[in-house]
Amino acid sequence: MADPKRLKIRVDPDKCQGHNRCKAVAPELFVLDDYGNAREAGDGTVPAGMEDKAYLAKSNCPEFAVEIIED
Amino acid sequence: MRARPPVTDWATDFDHLDPRWVTDPFPIWDEMRTACPIAHTERFQGVYFPSRYADVRAVAYDTDHFSSRRIIVRETPPPPIPAPPITSDPPEHRPARMVLLPAFTPDAIKKLEPRTRALCNELIDKFIARGTADAAVEYAQEIPVRLIAHMLGLPENDGDLYRRWIKMVLEDGITDINAVIQASTEMQQYFMQHVQARQQAPGDDLISYLTTVEFKGQRLTPENVIGSLRLLLIAGIDTTWSGIGSCIWHLAKTPPDRIRLVKEPDLMPLAIEEFLRAYAPVTMAREVKQETTINGCTFKPGRMVLLSFPAANRDPEMFPDADKVVIDRKENRHAAFGLGIHRCIGSNLARLEMTVAVEELLKRIPEFTLDGNVTWSEGTVRGPRKLPIRFA
Repeated sequence: MADPKRLKIRVDPDKCQGHNRCKAVAPELFVLDDYGNAREAGDGTVPAGMEDKAYLAKSNCPEFAVEIIED
Repeated sequence: MRARPPVTDWATDFDHLDPRWVTDPFPIWDEMRTACPIAHTERFQGVYFPSRYADVRAVAYDTDHFSSRRIIVRETPPPPIPAPPITSDPPEHRPARMVLLPAFTPDAIKKLEPRTRALCNELIDKFIARGTADAAVEYAQEIPVRLIAHMLGLPENDGDLYRRWIKMVLEDGITDINAVIQASTEMQQYFMQHVQARQQAPGDDLISYLTTVEFKGQRLTPENVIGSLRLLLIAGIDTTWSGIGSCIWHLAKTPPDRIRLVKEPDLMPLAIEEFLRAYAPVTMAREVKQETTINGCTFKPGRMVLLSFPAANRDPEMFPDADKVVIDRKENRHAAFGLGIHRCIGSNLARLEMTVAVEELLKRIPEFTLDGNVTWSEGTVRGPRKLPIRFA
């Protein structure tokens, strides 16, 4: 049986303007710096079962700063 | 206000102070989006109006051709009144913004939640027995006034003063330049006295933070501190007051949404984002710095651009069912807080205030309806200014 797809997220720091929408919809997947700008938690690997939240974070970012990489 | 010549063609002669625009701008923008996506007018010494999301976004991102030194369209441009970082362009913009950001992160703002809940209930206590209220005057407008005063360490009962300045800058000042200058002078004196007091004896409020914070080893100049205070006061009150008012207006006239939010309070975050999309209060502006062309329209230097995030948020190319309020909309990249480097610094505060205001109102008064004529503000910020409601 093929492994389920593993997702990785990444926040483009040049695009992020600190709207904090990703942090609001998927708090487990993002961390904020002292200025409120976001980056992916850890190495960006999305734990199994949290894929929907990752896509939700992507589709709510007004700056199109959240990327999802499918392994 | 003196009578304005009526608009005959929205594509070439629009007027954002026209009563039809003030009362219900959405059909006008829908028409513009198909007929002439970047409208213009010779009024106000020349203004462009992009109505599509993509064009609003393009202007917001292009700080080379579009400057923030003027962010309000007025009949006569006043002398520059800096309120950094909102009136700053790169490279000055970034340091002015960086010093403010730490005070407005989600964690910093979360600390204000108990005070906000208490405040909302104090306001509701005053009118609940009456069975009627003006939800704009007695509720929505009081919340940001008192919360900003609390944050800045200013007397909460100076609210009338703030509202007077805000009206002079944002509404009267569109057609009366003296109102802008008068308000700026009064604010300068008011804040100077508070800044000096904090320099002698700093507290834990935001004015003390601004007078002592260092960026690259340097403190802010008093002009910079006062400019930023002017911004926080003007931008933090009218906007959120309008946002809260529009939520209540929608729920008063849409019983199914109100009933659903009472039954399913977990929907509140999605609903608030949808209200922000559908009734975005703030329209910014830019001054064309260098000639450029976007979507076939040439922007001439010296003219202004109305940067309508509310119109962008109603673009059906970006949002399915853009004209419908869908309180459980899952994908919502709305632009209510702007796009690009000038993203509203108070967005977390505004969200907290809107969420708590609606939650506390629905807890205490789950059923209410409109009870008379609603009036709307005009110009930069759109929201109900009279919002009579009736309950029980």
